[in-house]
Amino acid sequence: MTLTMFELVAFTILTAATPLVIAAIGELVTERSGVLNLGVEGMMIAGAACAFAIAIVTGSTALGILAGIGAGMLLSFIFAVLVIFLAANQVATGLALTILGTGLAGLIGSGFIGLKRDATVHLYIPLLSDLPLIGKLLFSHDLFVYLGWALVAGAAWFLNRTRSGLVLRAIGENHQSAHALGLPVRRVRFLAVLFGGACAGLAGAYLSLSYTPFWAPGMTAGRGWISLALVVFASWRPVYAFAGALLFGGATVLQLHAQAAALGIPGQLLTAMPYLATIIALVLLSMRRRRGSVAPASLGSTFMPER
Amino acid sequence: MRIELERRTAQSPVIEFLAPLLAIFAAVLIGGALLSAIGKSPQQAFLVYFVEPFSDAWSLQELAVKASPLILIASGLAFCYRANLWNIGAEGQFVIGGLVGGTIAVVTHGMDHALGGYWILPAMLIAGALAGMCYAMIPAFLRFKLGASEILTSLMLVYIAEITLDYFVRGRLRDPKGFNFPQSVPFEDIARLPFLAEGERLHAGILFALAAVFLASFVFRRTLFGFDVKLVGSAPKAARFAGFSEGRLTFAVFAISGAAAGLAGVCEVAGQIGQLQPVISPGYGFSAIIVAFLGRLQPWGILCAGLVLSLTIIGGENAQIAMKVPLDMSRVFQGTLLMCVLAMDVFTRYRLRLIWRRSA
Repeated sequence: MTLTMFELVAFTILTAATPLVIAAIGELVTERSGVLNLGVEGMMIAGAACAFAIAIVTGSTALGILAGIGAGMLLSFIFAVLVIFLAANQVATGLALTILGTGLAGLIGSGFIGLKRDATVHLYIPLLSDLPLIGKLLFSHDLFVYLGWALVAGAAWFLNRTRSGLVLRAIGENHQSAHALGLPVRRVRFLAVLFGGACAGLAGAYLSLSYTPFWAPGMTAGRGWISLALVVFASWRPVYAFAGALLFGGATVLQLHAQAAALGIPGQLLTAMPYLATIIALVLLSMRRRRGSVAPASLGSTFMPER
Repeated sequence: MRIELERRTAQSPVIEFLAPLLAIFAAVLIGGALLSAIGKSPQQAFLVYFVEPFSDAWSLQELAVKASPLILIASGLAFCYRANLWNIGAEGQFVIGGLVGGTIAVVTHGMDHALGGYWILPAMLIAGALAGMCYAMIPAFLRFKLGASEILTSLMLVYIAEITLDYFVRGRLRDPKGFNFPQSVPFEDIARLPFLAEGERLHAGILFALAAVFLASFVFRRTLFGFDVKLVGSAPKAARFAGFSEGRLTFAVFAISGAAAGLAGVCEVAGQIGQLQPVISPGYGFSAIIVAFLGRLQPWGILCAGLVLSLTIIGGENAQIAMKVPLDMSRVFQGTLLMCVLAMDVFTRYRLRLIWRRSA
């Protein structure tokens, strides 16, 4: 493999990993606070549709990104109200959110099918971006990729190095004792869910504004669900989530290259690769930590202050 | 002002009955608001969605035809959800059931039928149910033996099932004389579910749906197994102390729900479609999740909920033709409906209290 070929593959892996890592970091923070939001797929696709629609209508990429984030947050707001204040079942509500988000995205996107837009601009710093290998891999992405990296670093720092992060983790581990200590369990969870929604919407905006860049129904193709698996795979740690996203991004890119190389493998098998990889990753991980779970102890359970 | 929720000590049957109805009412209001937001008349939409399907015999049959798979799948899912196990991959089990059952019809196509070929349809139905069951055992096994989340694995298996069906319909099972269209040969009459009346649309699939409701109702009310399922779901610790085998139960409920979904899948290809196509489900497996919850995981509730959801599917199709409302509107409505059901569920478990002053 030549250097340019390697460069190209590594570059596409980084871009394919970006939506996964952005959504996974959001869900990771949500889950660390003890809330399981299965609606990532719905928030992501709604984000993609809104971002593209607004970007086309206003002609502004920045407004498009904001619209994507806003759509994700709005949906996660509904989820948060139901789950945190009305004590609704988290699994079922998350599924409802996915169905709702997919429908809304189709509704919003229906007027924008077939339209095209230039992808977001890529960074170019003279000299730095021209460096062999490093230049391509580090200094020539678009805004989203850097945002993704910043989110990983920011989440790792926030969760492990700040007092607020400690509070959030305490609430996720044991909401009863956190409540007894006077920590605002429901408020923190609410904010964590909103953050997760914003990230999922941003990931969607990346797909429709930069990765593809157009709107097509069902364009997220299960990436929201893969992000959910990624959080488990990463043992709820941001840096591991980044590594995992690279692996999954790698599976996607491998599939594209294998398809192009026409190796005689049926296309459907290659398309199934990311889903198979997700199952295998989940299984391997669960086998390894058979003895004790590292999931936040209160994950998925509802907190209602007793009086 | 503050809203407090207070846990109910006893269940109120009135509220339990009213909650789903209120949820439907709320969802209709929200749906109407959304429709007027996209510039459609909510009044006309109401007529198209909820009144026209009752206007003639053909539509009424269509209602039952679309409700059958939903009811059948949801009756199976009720077992899982009662046990607090999350099989959300019924769509995949449906597809695999349809694929395996349909394969028998394709393979026997045009053969000289031994025994007059009367064994073909039963063989298809059994094979479809078994295939769905086996497919559902994968997440059950991964969950119980290896501890992997059944939510994620069952969902991933949906994608894999859809891709598998696509592969076979475009490959081995394609009709050689079909002008290269990705579809199988049309099934012979002997491999199709009989219609309940000559020249009508309603096929025998509805009988399986009704049977599933009766059976589930019987099992939940009258058998120890039905009690176990509920106990493991609501009080897992107590169940463990009482010595119930969690593993056996996990496998059993997944097997039941998978078999129901697989049977629904084969009924769809042998009844409604009559051949294999790259896509055989308009999302029945996911809509059935809503049916299960709207029916409060009670078999008779599921029967009614299946009809309601079927109404939204048919209404959505009609609205697309008559009012140019995108088909996604019915999905939005379904999502909203499930949200409302879950929100209303709160009032069955908690009492709402308005507190006017901040308590100390």
